[in-house]
Amino acid sequence: MTTNDITPPSPIPEHPRTLAEKVWDDHLVVKGENGEPDLIYIDLHLVHEVTSPQAFDGLRAEGRPVRRLDLTIATEDHNTPTLDIDKPIADLTSRTQIETLRRNAEEFGVRLHSLGDKEQGIVHVVGPQLGLTMPGITVVCGDSHTSTHGAFGAMAFGIGTSEVEHVLATQTLPLKPFKTMAITVEGVLKPGVTAKDIILAVIAKIGTNGGQGYVLEFRGSAVRALSMEGRMTMCNMSIEAGARAGMVAPDETTFAYLKGRPHAPQGQDWDDAVAYWRTLPSDEGAVYDAEVFLDANELEPFVTWGTNPGQGVSLSDVVPDPESFADPNERAAAERALEYMDLTAGTPLKDVTVDAVFMGSCTNSRIEDLRAFASIIEGRTKAEGVRVMVVPGSARVRLEAEAEGLDKVFQDFGAEWRFAGCSMCLGMNPDQLAPGERCASTSNRNFEGRQGKGGRTHLVSPLVAAATAVLGRLASPADLEAADLVAAGPAAADRVDEQSGGAR
Amino acid sequence: MDAFTTHTGVAAPLKRSAVDTDQIIPAVYLKRVTKTGFEDALFANWRPDPEFVLNQPAYAGASILVAGPDFGTGSSREHAVWALRDYGFKVVLSTKFADIFRGNSGKQGLLTGVVSEADLEAIWALLDAHPGIAMTVDLDAREARVGGSDGAAPLLTVPFDIDDYTRWRLLEGLDDIGLTLRSEDKIAQFEARREAWRPRTLPVP
Repeated sequence: MTTNDITPPSPIPEHPRTLAEKVWDDHLVVKGENGEPDLIYIDLHLVHEVTSPQAFDGLRAEGRPVRRLDLTIATEDHNTPTLDIDKPIADLTSRTQIETLRRNAEEFGVRLHSLGDKEQGIVHVVGPQLGLTMPGITVVCGDSHTSTHGAFGAMAFGIGTSEVEHVLATQTLPLKPFKTMAITVEGVLKPGVTAKDIILAVIAKIGTNGGQGYVLEFRGSAVRALSMEGRMTMCNMSIEAGARAGMVAPDETTFAYLKGRPHAPQGQDWDDAVAYWRTLPSDEGAVYDAEVFLDANELEPFVTWGTNPGQGVSLSDVVPDPESFADPNERAAAERALEYMDLTAGTPLKDVTVDAVFMGSCTNSRIEDLRAFASIIEGRTKAEGVRVMVVPGSARVRLEAEAEGLDKVFQDFGAEWRFAGCSMCLGMNPDQLAPGERCASTSNRNFEGRQGKGGRTHLVSPLVAAATAVLGRLASPADLEAADLVAAGPAAADRVDEQSGGAR
Repeated sequence: MDAFTTHTGVAAPLKRSAVDTDQIIPAVYLKRVTKTGFEDALFANWRPDPEFVLNQPAYAGASILVAGPDFGTGSSREHAVWALRDYGFKVVLSTKFADIFRGNSGKQGLLTGVVSEADLEAIWALLDAHPGIAMTVDLDAREARVGGSDGAAPLLTVPFDIDDYTRWRLLEGLDDIGLTLRSEDKIAQFEARREAWRPRTLPVP
C-alpha cells in the first residue's frame, strides 16, 4: 500500500437545496424518525385575539408559562372597530375576545399592542413594519394569512389554537416536511398590472387546492422586480391556492426594506445576518416537487367573478359560461357561484356595477397600497351611490398616510378614512356588506357571506379598486383615462390617438 | 395531563349510534374563550329531557360512557372532548369512533376504547340490570370489567382496543406539549446556539 492510497475521502457534495429546505434544516431541533414529525424551532410567534384565548387557558390549566416571551408579540385586529375606537366595543363576543387577550397578555407577560396604540394593526402588517419579520426565520400565527411573511424569505404559516398553545409552551412545533413548488414568473408587468394580479392569475391557474401540501416559492424576473409590499401581497394569498406557505428569496430589496426598522439587527448583527441571508436563495440545480410558469408580459388586471379566489379572469374578459368547464365539479361550482353572485355568463366584467369598494386587509393595506389607490383617485370624486372604505393595515400606516396627506385625498374623493384592522375583509367587526351588496375588494377571500351575509365580493388590486370607485363599475386605470377622453369630447380622443401613434 | 393507568367509576349506557360532535356539543357553545368549563354544554340538546340517561339518579357522577357505534363523527371541534372531560368522563367505550375525535381524545387524556359488538351488548345488559354499577377500565391490561371493584369477582371482563402509541401517551400522561417537552434539553441546546441577529420582541426599542 502506498501513501497515495490513503487519500481522504472527498467530501460528499451537499445536494442543492431550495430556500424552503434551507430554512427548515436550520430550525431542526429533533429529526423525526420512523415517520414521526420533525421538531421545528419557531423564531417568531404572532398572537391575536381570535385564536389565542383557549391556548392561554390551556397553559393556565397545566400551570405552564410562555417559554419565550421575547419571541412572542400580540395585537388586536380581527374584531377591532374602525370607527369610534375610544368607545367600548358594542358586540359582546368581540369585546370578550379582546378583553380576554388583554387579561392573558397581562397575566403571562406577553407584549401587546392594543387598540389605540401606535403599533396596533393587522398582525401581518405589524410584524414586517417593526422589522421583526426577516429572512431565514420561522414565523407562526393562529391565522392562515401568516404566509404573508414569506415575502422576506421566512418560512411562515398559519396554525390552529392547539398549536398556538404548543408554541407558547415550547417555542417549537412537530411538523412533517412540506413539498416545494416553484412558481416562476418571467417578464415585465404592463402598467396597471400588479402583484395582486399575478397571484390571482396563479390561483386561477393552479386552483384553490393546487398548492396543497406545498410551500410555494415565487421566483423569476417579475417577482424580483416587485417591492416588499408586492411580494407580501403574493405570499399572503398563497394560502388561497391551498399552499401551506409562500416564499420569496431575500435580495437587496429585502435588505433595504428591513434596514433601520425598530427590531432589525444592528451593527455586527446586521452584517452577520446579511451574510447568512445571502446564502438562502435556492441553489443552482435544486429540485422542486412541482413547477409552474407564468408569463408576466401577458398578464392583465385580474378580477374574480365567483365565490372562491380561483374563479378569476382578466378584467377585460366576460363572465365565463359554466358549460365551458370540462370538470363536472367545477361546472357545478361555477353555476352555484353565478347564482350567488347574480351574474350572467357572457357579461363583460367591466359592465358589472358595484355598491361598495373596500381598500384594506392584510393583502393590500400597506402604505404602498394606499399610495397606489390615492394616485388614481386624486382630484376625482367617487361614483355616486358607491360606498368607499379605506382601512389602513396598522395605526402606523394610518399615521404615515396622514403625514403624506393621503387622508385628505381619500376624504376629498368621498371615501371613508378608517382606523386600522381586518375590517370588511371578514366582517367580524361592524364593517360588513348588506345582503345583495356587491363590492370590489382588495382583500383575499370572495367566499359566500365573507364580507357580510349575502354580500358579493370581487377580488381586485388597489389600482382596479380605485378605478372602480371612480366609475362605479369594475374598471382599470386605463379605462379611467378612456372615460376621461369620452367626457372631454371626441376631439380630445383624436388628439391622444395621434400622440400615441394610434396604438390605442 | 394526568397519567392514566386504571380508572373505576360509574358507567352510563348511551344507547345511540352515530353520536356526532354537534350532539356532543352544539355549535353555539364554540364562542367561548375558555378551554375548560364546558360541562354544561355536553349533550346540551338532550339534557333538558328528564329521561336522558345522564339525568337518571343512578348515573349521577358517571365517568365512563358506553356508547353506540360511530361515536364522535362530524366536525373536528376539540370542544367535544373538552365537554366530555369537563363533565367528568375519563373513558368512552364504543364499537367504533370517528378518527379525528379519537385523535383529539388521546391528546386530551380521554381514553377511547373499542369493544366488540357482542361485548357492547353484554355491558349494556349488565348496566341495565344493575343501574349505577361501577366499571373498572384497566389500560395496562387493556380490559374493562363490570363490577368487582369491591373485591368480589367482576360480572364481566372484556378486552378493548387502543393503539400502542396512544396507550403509551395515556399511561405516561403526555399531552402533545408534554411529549415535546421530553425533548426540552434539545430545545435548550438549539436556543443556546441561536444567532444574535434573530428577532426578539423584547425589549421594546
